[in-house]
Amino acid sequence: MTAIENYIAPTSLEQAVELLAAGEATILAGGTDLMPQSHAGRVKFKPTLMNIRRIPELKGIALDGGWLRIGALATISELMAAELVRRHCPVLAEAGDHFASGQIRNAGTLGGNICNASPAGDTLVPLLVLDAQAELVSKPNGSLRTRTLPLAQFFTGPGRTRREPNELLAAVRIPVPPPGSIARFYKFGTRPALDISAISIGLAGVLRDGRLSQVRVAFGAVAPTPLRGTATEKALEGKRLTPETIAAAALAARDEINPISDVRASAWYRKELVHNMTKRMLENVAAAGN
Amino acid sequence: MSLQQEIEFTLNGVPTRVRVPVDMSALDMIRSVVGLTGTKYGCGEGECGACTILLDGVSVNACLLFAVDCDGRSVTTIEGLADDPIGQKLEKAFVEAGAVQCGFCTPGMVMQSRALLAKNPNPTREEIQRGIEGNLCRCTGYVKIVDAVAAAARAKE
Ligand SMILES: Cc1cc2nc3c(=O)[nH]c(=O)nc-3n(C[C@H](O)[C@H](O)[C@H](O)COP(=O)(O)OP(=O)(O)OC[C@H]3O[C@@H](n4cnc5c(N)ncnc54)[C@H](O)[C@@H]3O)c2cc1C
Ligand code: FES
Ligand code: FES
Repeated sequence: MTAIENYIAPTSLEQAVELLAAGEATILAGGTDLMPQSHAGRVKFKPTLMNIRRIPELKGIALDGGWLRIGALATISELMAAELVRRHCPVLAEAGDHFASGQIRNAGTLGGNICNASPAGDTLVPLLVLDAQAELVSKPNGSLRTRTLPLAQFFTGPGRTRREPNELLAAVRIPVPPPGSIARFYKFGTRPALDISAISIGLAGVLRDGRLSQVRVAFGAVAPTPLRGTATEKALEGKRLTPETIAAAALAARDEINPISDVRASAWYRKELVHNMTKRMLENVAAAGN
Repeated sequence: MSLQQEIEFTLNGVPTRVRVPVDMSALDMIRSVVGLTGTKYGCGEGECGACTILLDGVSVNACLLFAVDCDGRSVTTIEGLADDPIGQKLEKAFVEAGAVQCGFCTPGMVMQSRALLAKNPNPTREEIQRGIEGNLCRCTGYVKIVDAVAAAARAKE
């Protein structure tokens, strides 16, 4: 049975974080994770259920200096349609294309995908290679506090993050990629729709005169959290995308992940997939030249 | 007994006020509190699309939506398409194309197709297939459903 004693739908960010300061609450955004998880008994409600969907400060996608700021309540459909996302971070819009189904993309939010912290969360790998930061807001001793944390440090385990119970994820901030930037995302599942990733790979960097720099690689569904592929990054940084470099990077990718076997794929198969698809992605970047 | 909450929303154009348990799904609310049973319960976890409704004009799975989140919004169910021109075209096209066998998926298919045609009045077959990727049908094999949506898109007023 539920233990919810209090339901509230705050209409401002300040009101929401005041409530979080007063005691623990279950945060509800689109509900596409929370509803099935609570039905299955995997999540127990806290005494307060707080619906954050009426908070205007959590909405909207805008440029802010050199940053693209995406409100936590942006739905996956909104991400895919947003002109600013398509122009500056098309890889994030592409990741939405392989996400669940139309109905779930309309309801599920970016903030929910991040805070749910599934190792297979489809926006997480693109956000990691885009060097995104989480913007966390709280009201600890009577005044509003905002801190930003690189997403690469945000995830601590399946369903676990560095978000404090009194904090709300307000937005994600992405540094606007410089000219010459490339980015790719690849998700492997066994069917085109409504499939949880068996593995996913993200790649971003700057390609100038055939050389890749500021390389960022990330993998999904191969560890308890989505993770950066530092060895693969090292194998690529400053290099020309020759067949030798590509082969070395693909091996580095295979060797730096340590996946488990589960219903979706065996550990061996995941390693092979990551090897082969990293290679294919890099060949594609080399051929396209952008 | 779960905590209850009173909410107000527009259901198929009619202002509606109900009391619901705060952890109830919009699907349970529509079927058992309001009593409209056109919206179907297939899987209860977002996989089948039988429960598709429009929330402020956008299609969502009612089984994943908290009923309390309908507060202040506009909800359209399959019953609400009876007076809707695109809904009527879809109904006619589904019947004529033979896109209904057992009919269990049909309300969800029609709602999702309605959302698709609102965004994209002239979809290709591939776009129709993508559009209904969140709706499962265990009877038809989908071809006639795609035929029906294509026919509805072509149909004149
Ligand atoms: C059938 C099905 C298929 C799916 N397919 C995919 C898929 O292909 N890829 C994928 O990545 N995901 C998938 N999902 C998972 C889910 O749809 C996404 O994770 C979605 O983005 C969650 O967003 P939400 O707004 O619905 O989250 P909610 O369910 O509302 O919340 C998720 C969690 O995050 C917390 N939370 C939400 N917002 C905030 C915030 N602003 N601050 C702090 N905490 C917050 C909540 O308390 C909760 O713990 C699928 C789910 C279903 C049911
Ligand atoms: S009942 Fe909602 S998607 Fe199956
Ligand atoms: S007609 Fe039977 S499930 Fe589609």
